Amino acid sequence: MSSLSQALWVLLLGSLLGLELIGKVPPTLHTPLMSGANAISGITVLASLTLIAQAHGQPALLLLGGASLAFALFNVVGGFVVTDRMLAMFARKSDRR
Amino acid sequence: MTALSPYDLFTTMCPTLLASLPQPAASPLAAVLAAMPYALDLLAVLLLALGLKGLSKVRSARSANGLAALAMALAVVGLLIEQQLSPAAWLWIAGGTAIGGCAGLLLARRVPMTAMPETVALFNGCGGMASLLVAVAVALFQSAPDAALSGAVLVERISIVISVFVGAITFSGSIVAMGKLQGWIDTPGWTQSQVRHAVNIALAVAALVGGLALPADPAGAALWLLVVASSLLGIGVTLPIGGADMPVVISLLNSYSGVAAAAAGFVVGSQLLIVAGAMVGAAGLILTQVMCTAMNRSLVSVLFGGALGASAGGHVGGGGDEAGYTRITSCSAEECAMALETAERVVFVPGYGLAVAQAQHTLRELSKLLEANGTEVSYAIHPVAGRMPGHMNVLLAEADVPYEQLLEMDAINPEFPRTDVVIVLGANDVVNPDAKSDPSSPLFGMPVLEVDQARQVFVVKRSLGAGYAGIKNALFELPQTAMVFGDAKAVLAGLLSELRELGVGKKPASVS
Repeated sequence: MSSLSQALWVLLLGSLLGLELIGKVPPTLHTPLMSGANAISGITVLASLTLIAQAHGQPALLLLGGASLAFALFNVVGGFVVTDRMLAMFARKSDRR
Repeated sequence: MTALSPYDLFTTMCPTLLASLPQPAASPLAAVLAAMPYALDLLAVLLLALGLKGLSKVRSARSANGLAALAMALAVVGLLIEQQLSPAAWLWIAGGTAIGGCAGLLLARRVPMTAMPETVALFNGCGGMASLLVAVAVALFQSAPDAALSGAVLVERISIVISVFVGAITFSGSIVAMGKLQGWIDTPGWTQSQVRHAVNIALAVAALVGGLALPADPAGAALWLLVVASSLLGIGVTLPIGGADMPVVISLLNSYSGVAAAAAGFVVGSQLLIVAGAMVGAAGLILTQVMCTAMNRSLVSVLFGGALGASAGGHVGGGGDEAGYTRITSCSAEECAMALETAERVVFVPGYGLAVAQAQHTLRELSKLLEANGTEVSYAIHPVAGRMPGHMNVLLAEADVPYEQLLEMDAINPEFPRTDVVIVLGANDVVNPDAKSDPSSPLFGMPVLEVDQARQVFVVKRSLGAGYAGIKNALFELPQTAMVFGDAKAVLAGLLSELRELGVGKKPASVS
């Protein structure tokens, strides 16, 4: 059970960290921030990879793992690229300034 | 809590993560190799946190996004080093990566800036789906035999329940939100009656029953009951919510997908996943709260109150219903152009109509022309204009509108009394003066742009149909208001050519 209590501590501290990190955000950045946070939530890609790694050749597990990997990566890659596209527009302007 | 800085939290968290390090191996090289994944994990968490933090500042946002992407890559590399992968596993990983990565890349590159909210909703739903699939796979094929229902197994199965429940709601809810924003899905009548509460409660109870039964028999009927009931619940909860509240819903669902990821972290035993999921979940909640505050609505009323306006009988103009307006003045682009020619100070109020018409570049051209004429131009940005907070900023940034010309609500409101001409471009509810003066209006109390204080207001709109919230707008009937009917892009192009005909911009401007 020690690994459980450890995991719960990690959960608690991670949540507090999240609350602290996003304190004041200028409204300009709300959409990019939402999109960026959304890309990070695709971290579940790690769960998909673990599933595939521990499938021990079971086809059903590999299939489900592969499908979930595709969904998660769709979220991650798409999320980061789309966020970058949005932010690139702001960057161009601050360079000019 | 407020006394703790993120860095304090970090130093508290590190020992917990370090405690999971394995015992030192015999040879130093082996020790280094064994510690590699853990070091990468720690680095990844650090970079993810810094990335999320940096994303909330304009100057650092873009590099922070790259940092977060790098962190993700490090975490994946760490995991691939740690796990001994068979050739078959590599094959499936390559396949999943190719399909998901390419689809994501293509969509992200191709999608127009105007469809950003829908896109985020779609990505988000897929993240939820991924967590759901992992939990279902573990429940079906990897759970320990029933006899061994020890504490650890119970925790794993409770995590499966949470992951499936939240993942399914995130997926179906996000897809419905996307459909509503794209206009594919309407709000059915029954979802505005009390029936929806009964349906949703029934679905929630069904999901609860499934969730309670699952730990005893993870691969049985309980799992499918949970999957189906949770998915339907996601639809049932999202469907009644009006388009005006969609930004809040997407933000909340974004938070959910973080929770689903954290639950999946418990299922597969990954602390990195738990940290990152919890971080995103908490950050999403804060962002949701910020949006609710901007709209002066509580989260509870967004989630359970139904579509705005529909609950307030007499006030509803009804979609496309022109009855109810009596004192409307409409005018042509030519008259509007003449007012613009003599104006010293012009404020544009962009809304969703501008996004739909893709008129941001034409608008920028028009404002350049006006500036060349010596007119002071600015843009009034309501926190929830468009379908997502910051939607208009992104859109106008695409058209190279200088950052300094975009003024937030609190900055621009005192300026309206000395503004000659306000042009409202496809915005509606965010300029409704009833929100300040009419306690019976469903919008009452929502902070709005006080454009009724300006000398002259032109409202560019396709028809007199009600706004997304379905509420009549008193602004349209004010004596200083004139409606310019038409598509925002067509009207702006018309204004441009009228102004050029009037010789605006051609005569030598005094300065600049």
